[in-house]
Amino acid sequence: MSANTIVPTGLDKLAEIWVYLSATPLFGLTLTLVAYVIADAVYQRTNKFPLANPVLISVALIVTVLSASGTSYQTYFQGAQFVHFLLGTATVALAVPLARLWNELASRALPLLTGMFVGATVSVLVALGVAKLFAAPPTMMASLLPKSVTAPIAMGIAEQIGGSPTLAAVFAISTGIFGALIATPLLNALGIRDWSQRGFAVGVAAHGIGTARAYSVDPRAGAYASLGMGLHALLGAMLLPWVARWFL
Amino acid sequence: MIKGLAVLLVFQSLGELASRLLQGAMPGPVLGLILLLMFLVARKNISTSIATAADGLLAHLSIFFIPAAVGVMLYASTLAETGAAWVLAILLSTVAAITTTAVVLRALSKPADTPTDRNETK
Repeated sequence: MSANTIVPTGLDKLAEIWVYLSATPLFGLTLTLVAYVIADAVYQRTNKFPLANPVLISVALIVTVLSASGTSYQTYFQGAQFVHFLLGTATVALAVPLARLWNELASRALPLLTGMFVGATVSVLVALGVAKLFAAPPTMMASLLPKSVTAPIAMGIAEQIGGSPTLAAVFAISTGIFGALIATPLLNALGIRDWSQRGFAVGVAAHGIGTARAYSVDPRAGAYASLGMGLHALLGAMLLPWVARWFL
Repeated sequence: MIKGLAVLLVFQSLGELASRLLQGAMPGPVLGLILLLMFLVARKNISTSIATAADGLLAHLSIFFIPAAVGVMLYASTLAETGAAWVLAILLSTVAAITTTAVVLRALSKPADTPTDRNETK
């Protein structure tokens, strides 16, 4: 610190500490965890109100802090990557609730696969139909196609069929958040009462973020949601490149 | 807990290995999920350590999406000029997907498939 500084020493010291902290992984990691703790407290306080979705609130808080402090995403991600890494581990962990329900799932294979196939097809047709109506450019159409599939697969598919992986990630994550917000009121309006049907539909339509919502509400709904997400991921990776050849 | 976490990481690694062999057609974590599921179903038993680690991670599944979602939302705000087409496409197709999947599954389910949980709240 220079001796002839005009800024009061206390503030100067604080700024120096901030510059140091914001450049270490500690900042992004702490920000992510604190934002989630606040968001989850709001979610639990509101009795898991769908609009109080913890992913949505956390992201809003973090984006606000990053913009206000002028911190780049790269700097934030230095710390956040430790949380991001565990997404893969948590995905693997979804095998446990599926294994618990294995016999039940196996006996319902045909209805589940049919429901998933019809839901995924309608989803693609509606998305492409709306985009076509607005004369969306081909890159956007190709990036929209895999939006109900979990983000890493959506990015791979989009790249394969002439879309943009970045756009595909935006569309997939937006779909996940919106699905998690709308699922409860929509399924209530439809009169779908069974946890397995509710969870499965959310997993098929809104992949991981929808599954997180289902899991937080009921473990059986969560298991069925992860099944819907997993089946849709497999089907999407195999079939969507072919669909793209016909429709785009 | 640590033992269970180690098992999950081993299957995540196997998934990454399988993903390389398939030249990236499927992401490693999804393949790891499938491999662990096959392992657990074949063993017909889920050890307490694996269950503890998995349930611990899944109790807060939402947090793991935050770093990627922050990046996406920072980028999404620059997408405003591309108009409303994609927003509307996502809103309508997500509603359509939830509705059709749930209605078709309900139509094809036998009453015996939906045993205990008739007490909807959320």
